[in-house]
Amino acid sequence: MAQHPFDDSVGLVSPQRAHFPEALYLESGEVLDGFELIYETYGELCANGSNAVLVCHALSGNHHAAGFHSENDTKPGWWDTVIGPGKPIDTNRFFVVCANNIGGCDGSTGPNSLCEATGAPWGSHFPQVTVADWVETQKRLAEYLDIQHWAAVIGGSLGGMQALEWSVRYPDWVSHCVAIAAAPGLTAQNIAFNEIARQAIFSDPEWHDGNYLEAASNPAQGMALARMVGHLTYMSADKMTDRFGRELRQGSFDPQDDEEPVFQVESYLRYQGSQFVGRFDANTYVLMTRALDRFDLSSRGQGNLTEALKDASAEFLIISFSSDWRFAPSRSQEMANALLSAEKRVSYSDIESDAGHDAFLLDDANYLALFSAWMGRVAA
Amino acid sequence: MMQRGDIDTIVSWVPEGGKVLDLGCGDGELLHRLQAEKRVKGLGVDIDPANITAAVGKGLCVVQQDMEDGLQNFGNSRFDAVIIAYSLQVLERPHAVLERIVSIGNEAIVTFPNFGHWRSRLSLLFTGRMPKTKALPYSWFDTPNIHFCTVADFETLCKDLNIVVVERRMSSNMGPLAQLWPNLFAKSASYRITRR
Repeated sequence: MAQHPFDDSVGLVSPQRAHFPEALYLESGEVLDGFELIYETYGELCANGSNAVLVCHALSGNHHAAGFHSENDTKPGWWDTVIGPGKPIDTNRFFVVCANNIGGCDGSTGPNSLCEATGAPWGSHFPQVTVADWVETQKRLAEYLDIQHWAAVIGGSLGGMQALEWSVRYPDWVSHCVAIAAAPGLTAQNIAFNEIARQAIFSDPEWHDGNYLEAASNPAQGMALARMVGHLTYMSADKMTDRFGRELRQGSFDPQDDEEPVFQVESYLRYQGSQFVGRFDANTYVLMTRALDRFDLSSRGQGNLTEALKDASAEFLIISFSSDWRFAPSRSQEMANALLSAEKRVSYSDIESDAGHDAFLLDDANYLALFSAWMGRVAA
Repeated sequence: MMQRGDIDTIVSWVPEGGKVLDLGCGDGELLHRLQAEKRVKGLGVDIDPANITAAVGKGLCVVQQDMEDGLQNFGNSRFDAVIIAYSLQVLERPHAVLERIVSIGNEAIVTFPNFGHWRSRLSLLFTGRMPKTKALPYSWFDTPNIHFCTVADFETLCKDLNIVVVERRMSSNMGPLAQLWPNLFAKSASYRITRR
């Protein structure tokens, strides 16, 4: 009998919505007159509330981190490899919370929401949000859920940055912090890739300065191109060679052949681009990449990362992947070293993998074993 | 591991509640014991990811890195004890690591198998082949142990590096003979060393 895909997952889950009427003062100085978060929870919050775990999502992630939305759902949440019964973030032990960040496009207040003042979608007028702003909203969600403390705050990539920010912004709230394939701030190369993605969107005639909803259009070409660039940087060269090589999807190498040859890798990237257009919003992409670019944990210590970490009281787990060049192991080592030099409790491992940055989402036995082993110390 | 004879010595030497760095911590067995028995604030370093996972599973703090890369990330640190237990012989530049550990630790504890042990000597003398033992079963061409030394070799190196031997303890099944003639009878040697 075939194993049902629900068997090793949290099963059926449904998103919930929380409204926060109080004003939110953003780092930019702008004010949101209240906001909404869409979120999911897995597992049970224990009576003394000691087993709450916050999971923070990355650039294109959302609140649907684990489980399935319906019986016919074929794709589980984005971190189903990690969250579930018996998995590293074990839902038999922990109460797991994951919310879509504000500025997002999956249900939390963002560029597609109606601006009360104008009655029109925010569009490009949605204020720039930051990693610290997200932490503030997540804290409000915690209080709304009667949670006063996180047993752990966990994230990969941009999610890892949120976890790190939590550890220094609200040290008393966080007893364990896991940052996977993350960095204390982006490198110039990383910012450059984000800028190319944004320029791809801006150069689409359907962009309409970000107010494409009002113009009843969508910068689909620009978004697809932005995703193609982004996706490329999440893979390693070796993995691409293994997977696509120089194989053709259609046509031939015969110069006499009239049909234009299409490489497998071209076809794959085009598919990834077109898939993204249907599920993601261009303004959100611009906001999220800018939030990524601007994050700099060391700024809290006037450029000194060790100093920036001095108030953290959490125990840390830092994980990198050997073939990740977008968030290279050296950036995780920089983080681990700063934690060591700030005399914090930290463990660090570089997982051997050919899957590039995407590895943090994938089912890698060594990665999951390490993650599970470390989570054993997090009291539920 | 426990039959090696150096572990009890290390545990007895490590200061209660001290800040300890265990280089080449393996699966974390020693550090785990030090935390339980000496309540140390321990940190392990190992190059092997499988060891990192095993040590993490024991609740320890461990970082994956090559201790031969200079340990520069411990530039500002000061440990009460830096331990290298039975890993000296796998290092490419053991002398460089020894110099480094006495600078980041108030004291370093180094233990190693004594290659001057009479069994090793007899084995080489009679068989004419590189010795293999139960504890060190590798063939010469396929061994991680690239820098074996004897008790006499180690002490000479310490002298050359201006490192002071504070205390040494030999372990052997030959009892007092190992204390009298350690280079011949000690199976394993344990040293407390510090910078002059």
